[in-house]
Amino acid sequence: MAAAEINVQYVANLARLALTPDEEKKLSAQLGGILGYIEKLKELDVTGVEPTAHAVPLVNVTRADEVRPSLSHEDALRNAPRQAGGLFLVPKIVE
Amino acid sequence: MPNHLTLSGLAASLARRDVSAREATQACLDQIARVDGQIHAFIRHDGADALAQADAADLALAAGATHAQKPLLGIPIAIKDVLAVQGQPLQCGSKILGEFVSPYDATVIEKLKAAGAIVFGRLNMDEFAMGSSTENSAFGVTRNPWDLSRIPGGSSGGSAAAVAADECLASLGTDTGGSIRQPAALCGCVGLKPTYGRVSRYGLVAFASSLDQIGPFTKDVRDAATLLGVMSGVDPRDSTSVPQPVPDYTAGLTGDIRGLKLGLPKEYLIGGLDPEVKAAVDAAVKHYAQLGAEIVEISLPHTDYAIATYYIIATAEASANLARFDGIRYGLRMEGSDPTELYRRTRGAGFGAEVKRRIILGTYVLSSGYHDAYYLRAQKVRTLIRNDFLKAFETVDAILTPTTPTAAFKIGEKSDDPLQMYLSDIFTISCNLAGICGMSLPCGFTQSPRLPIGLQLLGKPFGEETLLKIAHAYEQSTGWHREKPRLSPG
Repeated sequence: MAAAEINVQYVANLARLALTPDEEKKLSAQLGGILGYIEKLKELDVTGVEPTAHAVPLVNVTRADEVRPSLSHEDALRNAPRQAGGLFLVPKIVE
Repeated sequence: MPNHLTLSGLAASLARRDVSAREATQACLDQIARVDGQIHAFIRHDGADALAQADAADLALAAGATHAQKPLLGIPIAIKDVLAVQGQPLQCGSKILGEFVSPYDATVIEKLKAAGAIVFGRLNMDEFAMGSSTENSAFGVTRNPWDLSRIPGGSSGGSAAAVAADECLASLGTDTGGSIRQPAALCGCVGLKPTYGRVSRYGLVAFASSLDQIGPFTKDVRDAATLLGVMSGVDPRDSTSVPQPVPDYTAGLTGDIRGLKLGLPKEYLIGGLDPEVKAAVDAAVKHYAQLGAEIVEISLPHTDYAIATYYIIATAEASANLARFDGIRYGLRMEGSDPTELYRRTRGAGFGAEVKRRIILGTYVLSSGYHDAYYLRAQKVRTLIRNDFLKAFETVDAILTPTTPTAAFKIGEKSDDPLQMYLSDIFTISCNLAGICGMSLPCGFTQSPRLPIGLQLLGKPFGEETLLKIAHAYEQSTGWHREKPRLSPG
């Protein structure tokens, strides 16, 4: 079965990931091989099979709606690459 | 040397006051200074902080605290660089976290500290736990203590190498597709992946959320039982943890396994299985029969589809989980004129090759038009794989397999061929997809060079008690776990 081609440039843009032209070329070849291998799943008939998301089914995990301790403002900002006035600093978003 | 002891051995020595927690911790630090220049199990460690914790443990012991109350009191335990320890750096073997310092403790770390452990060190790993050799770390490769030209396995390679080289008494790692059991096998220690939901994942940097579990690396099975008992339990901060009672895992270590049924899956006799590995596992099967276990051939018919299923589900979940590393709230930032350019540049500069490969693959299988063909289909095949195991467990108490098809391979041998690297995880991956528990323990050595071989035991969901009992009976009647690598200073 022929593997689908990955348009690496398109997918990298979806993933917000800058790649060098060399990386794009290498990934394209490697992912072609990996996708070719993955194609084997198409041999199986999965009609009527339920998908597994959690191996041990749990339903409706809830908790009481109570105020609990959480990170302080200071701790939450401590690892920020740029901050100002108690806020994360980001490039201009709206013109 | 107290660093050469098992966890239970050191606990007994501490209780008798033969040794202090400070002396035990200093012995670990001395061993790191002596051998870690070559092994590089640790990315970094804070010796002064470890000794301060040791002094606190010695004070507690002097005040009458016992290991019955605090089972890990005064025991130095090292941590994979993917678990949050308050005030300590956390890099996940990556450049993208910059100089991140954890603002809180993971639940397992809280539990270890409450049990009196000396929690120290950041152990090397494949970046974001993606890899099978610890060659994908931004902080350099870790070497196998049994042969420095070989890989220690991965992704928890540092956790396995540090225990094998007696640089700590035990360590924590994580297992998404074999990342505890495979390095444990290749470094000759005991490694346990708990049932999904047994141990809280709060404070673990997520790779594939439906597969990840935290587990112990130890020098014997009893220590694994002790550590698992401390780590386990439901946690309101991880809604996927399961409210299942935590038994005393050491209580079942009687050595008596007569009448238990052990399954041998016929699908695991694959072409790439090394003859020496096969011989060691065959000998272990014979040994189990002599101990009174009943050996039964079983079938896990969907085994051949496990790796393909895994590399869809794991990469899809990883691509979503790793979206948070965007240069805004923590870690590396490469500036850009708008947010999108900032994200792209930061992620392009911060992630290594294997992480990029998996993000692209994961993004692709979730992208519009492909989700049902890849991700949904893989989740359905996952159900078939899980059903294979549940059916097998109707007739057997545990399943026996090799942990890996070969002993440790050479550094660089597979690093340019990702598919070959993925295929080396053939025996460990199904366990995570099925959500069951599994462990690896030493079962022999190759001849030349002399490299450890691992025996894998797979157990029922929440069947850790039986699994540990079966492992312990083999270990205590063979003694492979007592062999140590010869390490020269350097």
